[in-house]
Amino acid sequence: MSTPLIEMDNIEKHFGPVIALGGVSFDVYAGECHCLLGDNGAGKSTFIKTMSGVHKPTGGVIRVNGQDTVFNNPRDAMNAGIATVYQDLAMIPLMSVTRNFWMGREPRKGFGPFKWIDFKTANRITFEEMERMGINLREADQAVGTLSGGERQSVAIARAVHFGAKVLILDEPTSALGVRQTSNVLATIARVRKAGIGVVFITHNVRHAMAVGDRFTVLNRGQTHGTALRGEIKPEELQDLMAGGQELAELEGSLGGTI
Amino acid sequence: MTDERLKQVSSLRRAMIRPELGAICGAILVFVFFLMIAGDSGMFAPEGIKNWTVVSAQFAIIAVGACLLMIAGEFDLSVGSMIGFSGVVIAILSVHMGWPVWAAIIAAFVVAMAIGALNGFLVIKTGLPSFIVTLAFLYILRGLTIWLSITTTRQTIIGGVKEAAKGDPLAFLFGGVIFKDLFQWFGEMGWVGTFTRGTRAGQPIVEGVPMLVVWAIVLVIFGHFVLTRTRFGNWIFASGGDAKAARYVGVPVDRVKILMFMFTAFCATVFATCQVMEFGSAAADRGLLKEFEAIICVVIGGALLTGGYGSVVGAALGALIFGVVQQGLFFAGAESSLFRVFLGTILILAVIMNTYIRRMITGER
Repeated sequence: MSTPLIEMDNIEKHFGPVIALGGVSFDVYAGECHCLLGDNGAGKSTFIKTMSGVHKPTGGVIRVNGQDTVFNNPRDAMNAGIATVYQDLAMIPLMSVTRNFWMGREPRKGFGPFKWIDFKTANRITFEEMERMGINLREADQAVGTLSGGERQSVAIARAVHFGAKVLILDEPTSALGVRQTSNVLATIARVRKAGIGVVFITHNVRHAMAVGDRFTVLNRGQTHGTALRGEIKPEELQDLMAGGQELAELEGSLGGTI
Repeated sequence: MTDERLKQVSSLRRAMIRPELGAICGAILVFVFFLMIAGDSGMFAPEGIKNWTVVSAQFAIIAVGACLLMIAGEFDLSVGSMIGFSGVVIAILSVHMGWPVWAAIIAAFVVAMAIGALNGFLVIKTGLPSFIVTLAFLYILRGLTIWLSITTTRQTIIGGVKEAAKGDPLAFLFGGVIFKDLFQWFGEMGWVGTFTRGTRAGQPIVEGVPMLVVWAIVLVIFGHFVLTRTRFGNWIFASGGDAKAARYVGVPVDRVKILMFMFTAFCATVFATCQVMEFGSAAADRGLLKEFEAIICVVIGGALLTGGYGSVVGAALGALIFGVVQQGLFFAGAESSLFRVFLGTILILAVIMNTYIRRMITGER
């Protein structure tokens, strides 16, 4: 592997007196799934918002394909091929799958100022992309609200991939899902990774991370506790790192290792 | 592989389950009702049809604007005041200041749409609910209208527009009547009654299709096309459905919303201009309560009050229901106060049905 698709080098982010990120380094290569683990409040959200151009870092450097880059807004990041799928902001449930899929980039036909959406093409491509993700739509113009949470995540992922994402940031895509939907989303992640896209998978569920991750970075109190390769680390160790050591270990004893 | 939990849905059911279904049922119900109680009152004779068509068309014109704005997630409570304001602007400029009527009409449109843009700008920049911002403009515009009218002409009704508008090309576009020859022929064929005495003897009682009705039809078709077929229409849905999610994928939500406020102001001015041309006068109290009537039409038509869902065709049907009920009770000889009872009942029934239909379509729980 040569240069990472995106490299976050010693990123700091301060909100007034609060240090949300105190020097976090993180990178993603093409075709890998790099999991970012952390408990609630560890700084995961702040970090991905920095990576997707919502926040500007207070310190540190972002490199895209080895080049120093500054993202002024989410659009800059999107143009650099970095797509983010937020847990709750993925889709508009009242609108159809097609309308959601193409939102902001609707294919059009017609002349001069008289242009209309080419719904035939839009519906066909949506249907095909959904099929590729393993979702069988009854029809492309059914409302997103009729899909399950996992399917909505998959539509959002399919959309990002279709529009040329090189890095896909998934913000807790499985945290609100049931068992079967989770496995669907994890399968989708595996499929996307095989297509050569770098996936950043944010989660606090170690088992979900172990299922698809190639590398694991743990974030705790705004700092990284190192990056481990697949096979180098046990789930229990990740769990401990996330919790910051002892407390969970003690708890685990009383729960009989069920977490 | 198909999901075994998806029920087979018949194509009939699929064609039936649409946002306008409530309004379609309501319209059928209302027509059947009035055919029964007022079928022989002249309500469905040519003059009667013209009567409720014109009233419905008035509602439809402002409902199209209110519909698109509501789908974009905002309200405009200043529509009624805007109607009064635009009318008075036209009358003052043309009658009092001696401008040609076409110039006065253009000026009214420019001023109204600028105020619409200001409404939108304030809503976007302050982040206040449009309910509050446009409620303020409901009072500001009404007050300005009366003040303007009194300081320039010492009265609140300004007449003489008809004389000023004679032969004016733009005035015809709002106050004219088309298909006169066709209706003359209808009269000769005996399909439309003719005057038997007076200066207009031999002319049909319904002389043609008023431009007001043409405007309503054109605006409904335009609004429906923009909303359902164009990229901008998709952005209207997105802005009202979830502005944050829409922004995130690059939809210019602020621009969409401000343009919709301007379009609502445009529709209000179309209404005002048609009315001024028809009556030949402007009055400072015109358009009272029109904002609520527009919203009622839109809601009967299946739109969601909080935005992101709705139909222009539904809103037009809502306007038709509104017009037919209002005029129908008059034809039926019912107490006019019953109109409001009837209207409130229809409003509740339509909204209950629309909510049910919407849940079926969108999977809301």
